[in-house]
Amino acid sequence: MPKFVLLATDLALYFQMLVLVLYVRHALRTPLLRQSWRYVQRDGAAMSAAVVLVVFLLIALLDSVHFRPRLPPAPDAAPAAEIAYSTRTLSVLDVLLTGPREAREKTYSVPLATHQFSKESIQREGVTVRDFPRLQYGGRHLEQPQEQWGGDVLRRSVNGLGSGLLVVVLGAALLLLRQSQRSGQAFMPSALDLWQGRSALPWRAIGVTLTVLLLLVAWVAALWPYYHIMGTDQTGNDVLFVCLKSVRTAVVIGSLATIATIPLALLFGILAGYFKGWVDDGIQYAYTVLSSIPSVLLISAFVLMIQVFIDKNPQWFETGLERADIRLFLLATILGLTGWAQLARLLRAETLKLGELEYVQAARAFGVSHAGIMRRHLLPNVTHIIVIVAVLDFSGLVLYEAVLSYVGVGVDPNTQSFGTMINSARNEMSRDPVIWWTLSTAFAFMVALVLSMTLFASAVREAFDPRARAYRVRPAGASTLPSQEAA
Amino acid sequence: MIAISQLSTELQSESGLVRAVDLLSLTISRGETFALVGESGCGKSMTALSILRLLPDSGRVVAGSVTMGGVDLMALPEQQMRDVRGSKISIIFQEPSTSLNPVMTVGQQIVEVIERHTALRGEVARSKALQWLERVGIPEAARRIDNYPFQMSGGQKQRVMIAIALAAEPDLVIADEPTTALDVTIQAQILDLLKELQQSQQMAMLLITHDLAVVSQMAHQVALMYAGQIVEVASAAEFFATPRHPYAVNLLDALPDAQQRGRRLAAIAGSVPALNQRFSACRFADRCSDVSALCLSAEPALHTLPGGHTVRCVLYRSPDVPGAATRHSDLVHEPQQAVQVQGAQPAQALLQVQDYRVWFPIRKGLLQRTVGYVKAVDGVSFELHSGRTLALVGESGSGKTTVGKALLQLLRGTASITGQAHLDGMPLGNLRGPQLQKARSAIQIIFQDPFASLNPRMRVSELLQEGVAALQPQTSAADRLARIETLLDKVGLPRGSLTRYPHEFSGGQRQRLAIARALAVEPRLIVADEPTSALDVSVQAQILNLLSDLQKELGVAYLFITHNFGVVEYLAHDIAVMKDGKLVEYGAAEQVLAHPQHSYTQALLRAVPRLARRA
Repeated sequence: MPKFVLLATDLALYFQMLVLVLYVRHALRTPLLRQSWRYVQRDGAAMSAAVVLVVFLLIALLDSVHFRPRLPPAPDAAPAAEIAYSTRTLSVLDVLLTGPREAREKTYSVPLATHQFSKESIQREGVTVRDFPRLQYGGRHLEQPQEQWGGDVLRRSVNGLGSGLLVVVLGAALLLLRQSQRSGQAFMPSALDLWQGRSALPWRAIGVTLTVLLLLVAWVAALWPYYHIMGTDQTGNDVLFVCLKSVRTAVVIGSLATIATIPLALLFGILAGYFKGWVDDGIQYAYTVLSSIPSVLLISAFVLMIQVFIDKNPQWFETGLERADIRLFLLATILGLTGWAQLARLLRAETLKLGELEYVQAARAFGVSHAGIMRRHLLPNVTHIIVIVAVLDFSGLVLYEAVLSYVGVGVDPNTQSFGTMINSARNEMSRDPVIWWTLSTAFAFMVALVLSMTLFASAVREAFDPRARAYRVRPAGASTLPSQEAA
Repeated sequence: MIAISQLSTELQSESGLVRAVDLLSLTISRGETFALVGESGCGKSMTALSILRLLPDSGRVVAGSVTMGGVDLMALPEQQMRDVRGSKISIIFQEPSTSLNPVMTVGQQIVEVIERHTALRGEVARSKALQWLERVGIPEAARRIDNYPFQMSGGQKQRVMIAIALAAEPDLVIADEPTTALDVTIQAQILDLLKELQQSQQMAMLLITHDLAVVSQMAHQVALMYAGQIVEVASAAEFFATPRHPYAVNLLDALPDAQQRGRRLAAIAGSVPALNQRFSACRFADRCSDVSALCLSAEPALHTLPGGHTVRCVLYRSPDVPGAATRHSDLVHEPQQAVQVQGAQPAQALLQVQDYRVWFPIRKGLLQRTVGYVKAVDGVSFELHSGRTLALVGESGSGKTTVGKALLQLLRGTASITGQAHLDGMPLGNLRGPQLQKARSAIQIIFQDPFASLNPRMRVSELLQEGVAALQPQTSAADRLARIETLLDKVGLPRGSLTRYPHEFSGGQRQRLAIARALAVEPRLIVADEPTSALDVSVQAQILNLLSDLQKELGVAYLFITHNFGVVEYLAHDIAVMKDGKLVEYGAAEQVLAHPQHSYTQALLRAVPRLARRA
């Protein structure tokens, strides 16, 4: 039995998942919320983005179950000796990707390469020559890499894509069959309905996204055991693997920092908007001051303080990973604690507006206490703003982590993150020939994550913000939804 | 001059496809005022926007034609349509404060239209604009032409809007609720202006309004709309003398005024059907008192009666229905006994207000020192007895709502309140703690906007229980539930409503909920702040009936804040007229209405549009 390790950020992520599940349950039970989310569901772009997000979230969750494997007992150990655990903490994702994780080369190699990127002195038939050495893992199954490489890559790609396509076709056929059985329609017309977008949920968009994702995964699965698909970095790590590990960091920063903003923003925003007067003045003053300090400066100061604290108390952390993790956790918290001003401002404005509404006046005429009015009448009516801001801020924070790591005050250097990858690309981009694959892989992953979050956020915003909805252009000729769907 | 034929407009909405206008046909001739009347959501504004082809992006005209001077406007390319707008047809919107551009002077805005549609340019255009400002009755037009909209009052802004609409001398002016946002005295002036300009310009006018009294003053022809269709077209004289469609008859009977006093209003049960459905029966069938099997079998067509009177009702299928005009004589409400006040007045008034002043401080500077006051209420005195209704009337900004809020102790801390308000001899202003809670359950409020007065995130049962839980914490949960269930019966809502959310109810039902919420704490005085002004006439009658029933049953007193004189005449026992924070006239209703003493009251009563009622 390995020893499970519960890191601070793991706990935070599990907690968020719990909150998410509770929220979904709550939303399903509340007609108003259900209606708003149904609006999001009808948006093709948002649902495709949601599929991508779910994949990212799954990767992050797999990477959040940590444990220390049990070491085999030392040969001369007593039978009752204490079980020894490895000092390396692994996650489920690490175990799933053991191959690429352990396939470490010496240094840089180009995507799908068989040879190292730089020349080295090698012994060949007793003579020392300077040449590109073969990679230890990439393409090692090839006897004659020069002749065989092209054909091998092509064959494996075709195999991978082909089996991916097969899975897609089979899966689609199965689902369509079930759909046509359930709706009692013949197979072809019901499939045609879905294909032409005549369904309550945008199945066509979701299907296309899933197809692309599945093909990609199949291709990667076919090639990864034999090649470094996106090359290796300076220390010879597989770039694709590092990118997958970075997903968790981005998700943790994005979600945890967002959540950390909410309590302060909610408290101060509602208090300022409800009590007005000197309470409002004080809170406004506080956040005006806060937002006038350059945030990079503020965050660097905090991060340096944390670093000193961590370095002075090494006994608190059993492994290096725990140390790096606590830094990540605190970084996310700091990002949240310094970033509540914007949300507080929005909440204050909304509360000011709601406070003049008649149902709040009626509650006051009933002598309901201040706390009661804020809890029952104001809080539930500003939650849509929190939802909108939370999803909008997520992408901003992921990007901000990259900036901070680039500046050098971000996550621990041992934590894989898009920021540290981009930071290392600073040197790589100035080399000749240029090392382009680290930066471009990190870039592609980050764009996929941030873009899908932004697309999703804009649909959420539209659904929850009635003004945004009113301005949305809906061509009158668009297909009509079934009326029971609307009811 | 303009002929609309079989016009159908559809809107894509979240609740599906809404057929806002359904096969509408009408003709307007030169020099004629054609009124399109109906309750909210019946498609009258959509008709106007369809004519101008200014529908929102979600809407489109799916069928029909609008012919003007031999040209079908629906077939014109957009570029030519732009020449039509403003020069052939123009529109006056409801809200003058948002239909003018705040960063352009009024002169520039008129000149813009003149230069777009006429050959006049520069100084000539400006002098033309000046002429128009004078014609619409802006004093000192030469100086005010360079004013910005914010420097003008609401009535003046609407005059400017009229000048803009008429500047290119269009053949047809569409006036979409032109006076709804204005006070009654201003309304009278604007209506007079429109009438005069229409006669002198010999233009056609399509007047869109929900106010039947305005129609009876202005219109030559009337078309009544219901649920996207025209149900009756007649000349104004005939429409008001002998309405034919049951809806028209009911609507006219539902209007409160002095003649209806003491009787139940003929409210129309239910509400307007949603337009996102296909109709296979008469759309009015489920609210109609004359419904027959024929009504449910198919949608009735329009029938033309002798004299050009057109009705969409099966009652008039054959041209000579014997006694069709008197058909509804039996519908005339059984006279109800007047709301009888106990002969001997109780010695002590329930509410006694003496020299009440509510001043809002104006704070300036770094230390927020008070540099002056806005005297919203300045020396008001009245008293109110149990079971009676005092109407507090006045125009917007006269301070009537402030009186109500101050009495409810909602303005503590934000305004400086002096003078005395005694509830049962207890000085309201000095109450604290439990005594204040007790006073709060004695005074409650009903607000104007039923959509803003109920928390959208609370279920009906939570809404209704909240006040009881806060003010009478000793009542057990079971008692509370029993109480709100009887309340729902009282206000005429099904008990199943308890688990639903406010958005599932129509405007009238929401107002019933608001009334039930106020009644839940068993108040003796209810401040009703314009409780019916956001409602349609037919629903307004339901609510007024409910309020007077409750008064008879429970003996509550109403402080009825309103600007609607019809309602005042119908139900007030006493009237207090407010102007600029002061009471200008106060007395028994009959006295004030029949013999107003103060010149302002006289002007106000003169300005109220009256319905030329049939005998």
